[in-house]
Amino acid sequence: MAQTLVALTMPKFGLAMTEGKLASWTVDVGQATKQGDELADIETSKITSGYESPAAGVLRRQVAQAGETLPVGALIGVLADADATEAELDAFITKFQEEQAPQAESDTAEGPSSAPHPVEVAGYTLNVREVGSGEGLPLLLVHGFGGDIGNWLLTQDSLAKNRKVIAFDLPGHGASSKNVQDGSLAGLAKVVASLLDALGVSKAHVMGHSLGGGVALTVLRDAPEKVASLTLIAPATIGTHVNADFITGFTEAERNRAVQHELEKLVYNKALIGRKMVDAVVRARRLDGARDALRTIASACFDNDRQRDALLPVLEKTDIPVEVIWGQEDAILSADAAKTLPDKVEVHVLAESGHLPQMEKAADVNKIVEEFLEKSEK
Amino acid sequence: MSKKSFRQAINEALRQEMRRDPHVVLMGEDIAGGQGGTSGVTDAWGGVLGVTKGLYTEFGPERVLDTPISEAAYIGAAAGAAATGLRPVAELMFVDFIGSCLDQVLNQAAKFRYMFGGKARTPMVIRAMYGAGFNAAAQHSQSLYPLFTHIPGLKVVIPSSPYEAKGLLIEAIRDDDPVIFLENKVMYDDEEDVPDEAYTIPFGEANLTREGQDVTIVAIGRMVGMANEAADRLEKQGITCTVIDPRTTSPLDEQTILECVAETGRLVVVDESSPRCNMACDISALVAEQAFHTLKAPIKRVVPPHTPVPFSTPLEKLYMPSADKIEAAVKSLMKQHTHEVA
Repeated sequence: MAQTLVALTMPKFGLAMTEGKLASWTVDVGQATKQGDELADIETSKITSGYESPAAGVLRRQVAQAGETLPVGALIGVLADADATEAELDAFITKFQEEQAPQAESDTAEGPSSAPHPVEVAGYTLNVREVGSGEGLPLLLVHGFGGDIGNWLLTQDSLAKNRKVIAFDLPGHGASSKNVQDGSLAGLAKVVASLLDALGVSKAHVMGHSLGGGVALTVLRDAPEKVASLTLIAPATIGTHVNADFITGFTEAERNRAVQHELEKLVYNKALIGRKMVDAVVRARRLDGARDALRTIASACFDNDRQRDALLPVLEKTDIPVEVIWGQEDAILSADAAKTLPDKVEVHVLAESGHLPQMEKAADVNKIVEEFLEKSEK
Repeated sequence: MSKKSFRQAINEALRQEMRRDPHVVLMGEDIAGGQGGTSGVTDAWGGVLGVTKGLYTEFGPERVLDTPISEAAYIGAAAGAAATGLRPVAELMFVDFIGSCLDQVLNQAAKFRYMFGGKARTPMVIRAMYGAGFNAAAQHSQSLYPLFTHIPGLKVVIPSSPYEAKGLLIEAIRDDDPVIFLENKVMYDDEEDVPDEAYTIPFGEANLTREGQDVTIVAIGRMVGMANEAADRLEKQGITCTVIDPRTTSPLDEQTILECVAETGRLVVVDESSPRCNMACDISALVAEQAFHTLKAPIKRVVPPHTPVPFSTPLEKLYMPSADKIEAAVKSLMKQHTHEVA
């Protein structure tokens, strides 16, 4: 019977997370769940996210109570068959607490290799975080307008099981240098190509989010030999419109509450936007040159609510595998644009997700991308 | 980004602004140390608590000026230098020494822009240590920000953490008006993540360090940390608090205070300065005048008694506001409300 007991442990959402708060259980003790069902809400200093059931079974024990803060790896509950006895559950919990506690601790220790580090590229200092290794081709993640490597908090480590996954801050963003030249997609794409050269990566899968999708498409157009496959999440340059109120509001907002109001436009579930996430965005914006960099990129890429670049033809021409993932409720770049994509493109439109599906529907997106990358390498 | 102390954050802000703008100069007693002595040692001290250490070595005697022990002379020199094109940062050491040079601040620097019809700019910063809890006795422990806040023409900044200190000091140096920048002497070794790059935090924009439904706590400088501690304890007891760090007492972000009080209906103000005519009085008056109808309970002030700061350690501890006192104040407001409802 014992192998049917599954330990539910505090998950680790990204590099910085060492502990999390069990905000609430969404499933009661005794309730049956399927794999992937949301069991609980976990709150970290950066984000609140759903905890998805790792297996099918019945939630038999809630070891952690709502409101409790626990280290990553700590036991929060037990999933089991309905016929597992209470004695078996008790024994399992005791055994876990004794044996797994030290391991949980070592799991949270990160090797120095996965810490973000500066890389000098073509006159820019880029903040780069590399994780994982393996036989698969490397995957490069390109965040969107006003974003940073934090946008891949729930993505990067999950996709690094069999390959190196590289995330970086675009020029003008995060901890990278704030010079963006003319701010055009062509200029940003050149930096991306140079970064791959600097890291010794001749060919990579490229995944771009939002404006980063436009950057990824531009890399494919200008340096096709470097791109093995393309994953575009709510990409720019496919549709014609952009939410200009958001672009201006997000660029110019100063106070935390104003920034929060703008960030809420990015998601379907507004509760995802926590105070610390808002604070991180505000802090990034205060760095010398950060706001000007965004203004330059915004005016190079958008003419009010029109997108200046139209890169659908690049997709029509290419032979490499391409997939597009869009949130049905995207309020920044409408998911309607997905309807214009050529048939050869694999399209996933996710319900109950806004402009950040990789955060809002992280498990779904990670699964889709993993399958797509495997298929692409066959 | 790396962990930096409050002291390092201030040193880095000065260094980065001095590199960026050759008009930025430092003045003060022993801010380099060793000047005029016969040992030949320069950059010996970096100020009494080592905040300006290393700046003399990088920028030399033309830009890091060890001054004679005459506050009236060098604070006056800083005001004059500011009016004629430099951006001096003068260190007054202990804010308690303002008595020796108040006219230079009160009647000169603060008035230039107004008296000269807006044609004069006075981009000077006066840095000084404030606060009790350091066993420094009555002449070296005062929290005199209400005195400066009272004077039109001055901006008054009281950072609550290393991150805040760096961004607010860079903003102060770039500001075209005289700015009083007050550093709590107990906080110099506090550490937190501070970006390596230069950044600015705008004046007059309060920071919410906690958000809750039941009580608004406004706290100044070092009191913000205590208010956070109290709020975290209270949350475990089912009482959630909003904690407001105004960052600057002049200008004061009245809007944020009023909005938060409207949301919670209860206000506690924590201020370690002497209780008569201090920021707690000022903020209480603001709320009583403009948001009385939103209050569910009387305003509560957590402030020291109206005495000089005691030297004796137990008495000084008794004198100071604390997380315990804040927690008790919040609970007393919640009780009052319960009685009314019952």
